[in-house]
Amino acid sequence: MLSIKNLHASVEDKDILKGINLEIKAGEVHAIMGPNGAGKSTLSSIIAGNENYEVSEGEIILDGEDISELAPEERAHKGVFLSFQYPVEIPGVSVTNFIKTAINEKRKANGEEEMPANEMLKKIREKSELLEMDRKFLSRSLNEGFSGGEKKRNEIFQMAMLEPKLAILDETDSGLDIDALRIVANGVNKLKNENNAVLVITHYQRLLDYIIPDYVHVLMDGKIVKTGGADLALALEEKGYDWIKSELN
Amino acid sequence: MAKYTEDDLKVELENKEYEYGFYTDIESETFPAGLNEDIVRAISKKKNEPEWMTEWRLEAFRAWREMVEPEWANVHYEKPDFQAISYYSAPKKKDKYASLDEVDPELLDTFKKLGISLDEQKKLAGVAVDIVMDSVSVATTFKKTLAEKGIIFCSISEAIQEHPELVQKYIGSVVPQKDNFYAALNSAVFSDGSFCYIPKGVRCPMELSTYFRINQGGTGQFERTLVIADEGSYVSYLEGCTAPSRDENQLHAAVVELIALDNAEIKYSTVQNWYPGNKEGKGGVYNFVTKRGLCETNAKISWTQVETGSAVTWKYPSCVLKGDNSIGEFYSIAVTNNFQQADTGTKMIHLGKNTRSTIISKGISAGKSQNSYRGLVQIGARAENARNFSQCDSLLMGNQCGAHTFPYIESKNATARIEHEATTSKIGEDQVFYCNQRGIPTEKAIALIVNGFSKEVLNKLPMEFAVEAQKLLEISLEGSVG
Repeated sequence: MLSIKNLHASVEDKDILKGINLEIKAGEVHAIMGPNGAGKSTLSSIIAGNENYEVSEGEIILDGEDISELAPEERAHKGVFLSFQYPVEIPGVSVTNFIKTAINEKRKANGEEEMPANEMLKKIREKSELLEMDRKFLSRSLNEGFSGGEKKRNEIFQMAMLEPKLAILDETDSGLDIDALRIVANGVNKLKNENNAVLVITHYQRLLDYIIPDYVHVLMDGKIVKTGGADLALALEEKGYDWIKSELN
Repeated sequence: MAKYTEDDLKVELENKEYEYGFYTDIESETFPAGLNEDIVRAISKKKNEPEWMTEWRLEAFRAWREMVEPEWANVHYEKPDFQAISYYSAPKKKDKYASLDEVDPELLDTFKKLGISLDEQKKLAGVAVDIVMDSVSVATTFKKTLAEKGIIFCSISEAIQEHPELVQKYIGSVVPQKDNFYAALNSAVFSDGSFCYIPKGVRCPMELSTYFRINQGGTGQFERTLVIADEGSYVSYLEGCTAPSRDENQLHAAVVELIALDNAEIKYSTVQNWYPGNKEGKGGVYNFVTKRGLCETNAKISWTQVETGSAVTWKYPSCVLKGDNSIGEFYSIAVTNNFQQADTGTKMIHLGKNTRSTIISKGISAGKSQNSYRGLVQIGARAENARNFSQCDSLLMGNQCGAHTFPYIESKNATARIEHEATTSKIGEDQVFYCNQRGIPTEKAIALIVNGFSKEVLNKLPMEFAVEAQKLLEISLEGSVG
């Protein structure tokens, strides 16, 4: 589904990604782990199309199409979803209004009619229950005054509404207490099927207790230096990243 | 596939023409340019006014001659040459139209372009429209329906003829002739405007609405609006404004006076879309307007305005809270783009006991524009327990515009409670990217963010106006994020 080939990227002339290769197939869960500053969030931003980063080399292929020149909204229309590490606030725009706009823009781009209001309401009800969200929450301004947990839950709610092909979860576990973590992970697991894929970006292995990855990649200094199964995450938790560093040297 | 960038958006915006910039070819009767006592007399005579009115105008003119243009506002422009303006221009037609069939088809076409076809308006229950084109009121619909309730809604010229006692009693009672330079000018030369009287205890069953349009080149528009809500009555009044695109600056100096007697309520909403000038800042309307309302005991006046047009705006809809327990409200969205300049806000003058006022101002600046909020909250010595809450929010788009806030507070009573909150924010790239990532294109994302920012004020507008206002915001700001 997603194939990243020899991806190099920089921000303000500073090289951050130095040749990433990654293959994700439908139905798989991949995790990218690594120390601070390794380029994890840069990678997720670049897949989503953030124009603050300069891609100097390489390809990002989604379902056989190179998407690396597409605008972020076009990538979204093709099924790329990013759960932000720091979701932004948009005062005066309700959660409901925002997701309605997003869904209908996607449908419009794909040549479909707007979603009928009753269908929209039904879906909102269903997905908000999945994330154990209070109904009142839906009429609040997007992310304004939300707690860390509420913000992340709202991200996964949007993911549930948009039903992306590829969901990237950037540090979704940060700022979550254990109950919220369980709810969020549970939501992700319920949304997963053989036609979509999930890329989890995380610093800690905690989230991976709930969302079990098929592959774990270690990102260090802009490169994937090691790939393994779920047990690699456990080893990292136990021994830290220095162990890999010394193994590499 | 080619990317649609912010630069493309900018180009599109710059090339986007002012939608209402058409000129209607109707024969007009226009006075020669210039202003002196003879012109003032001629206007009064043209309107067949009684002597007291002529004298009132002359008094204003003499005062105006001695006055100088105010310069304290945060706006810079070339002063209009008041002797180069024609002070009277009217679509040529002798009598008032008894029905729509008699109205010049070209004029009707103008209204259609404005999206306010009278036919539709008539069918659209609940809106009575008076239209002031250049200087003269050309059509008032729904007069009969209103008359049954004793409501008077007509042009001010007609009111001077038909209801002189009301006009004489109230005109200039809130905005005196000598109030300020532009008010004095308006008092001398106003050629028409709207008049509205709601009798005691009557709740006006529909929104009353006036559309103003400057059509003729080289003319100024000086309309005068007088709204009187008698004891215990209620009225909601809407005002819309457009003008054709012209290279020269056109002058608009209006006066609006509202009088809310005991227990009465007036809601006055404006969507102002005068021509703002082109992207280089050439042309556009100078909008120098005095709007003020007087509240007697337990009365309430709400001003709601959405200001997207004009090259220069100088406007402070105010409330004099004379009666005890009276309430004044001001809700404003002011948008400036390209080279527009706005200095707008309100004055809340608390004189009575337990008077309350609320000010919510939302300024949105884009391009190279300058947007200033200027407000005065004044608490008089006898105004026990007066309360005010002010909130001024500014939203900046790009790096070349400015937002300024000038709040003045004067309190002579220790029991007063005054709160002022202010924020300034910028539409962030991160907000736009977040929307983009959810599949919302940049243009739509900005509209969404701006609408969210303006929501508290948009919610105060009557339904049909809110939709129009929202569209205007989108048009005025498309592609201006930088």
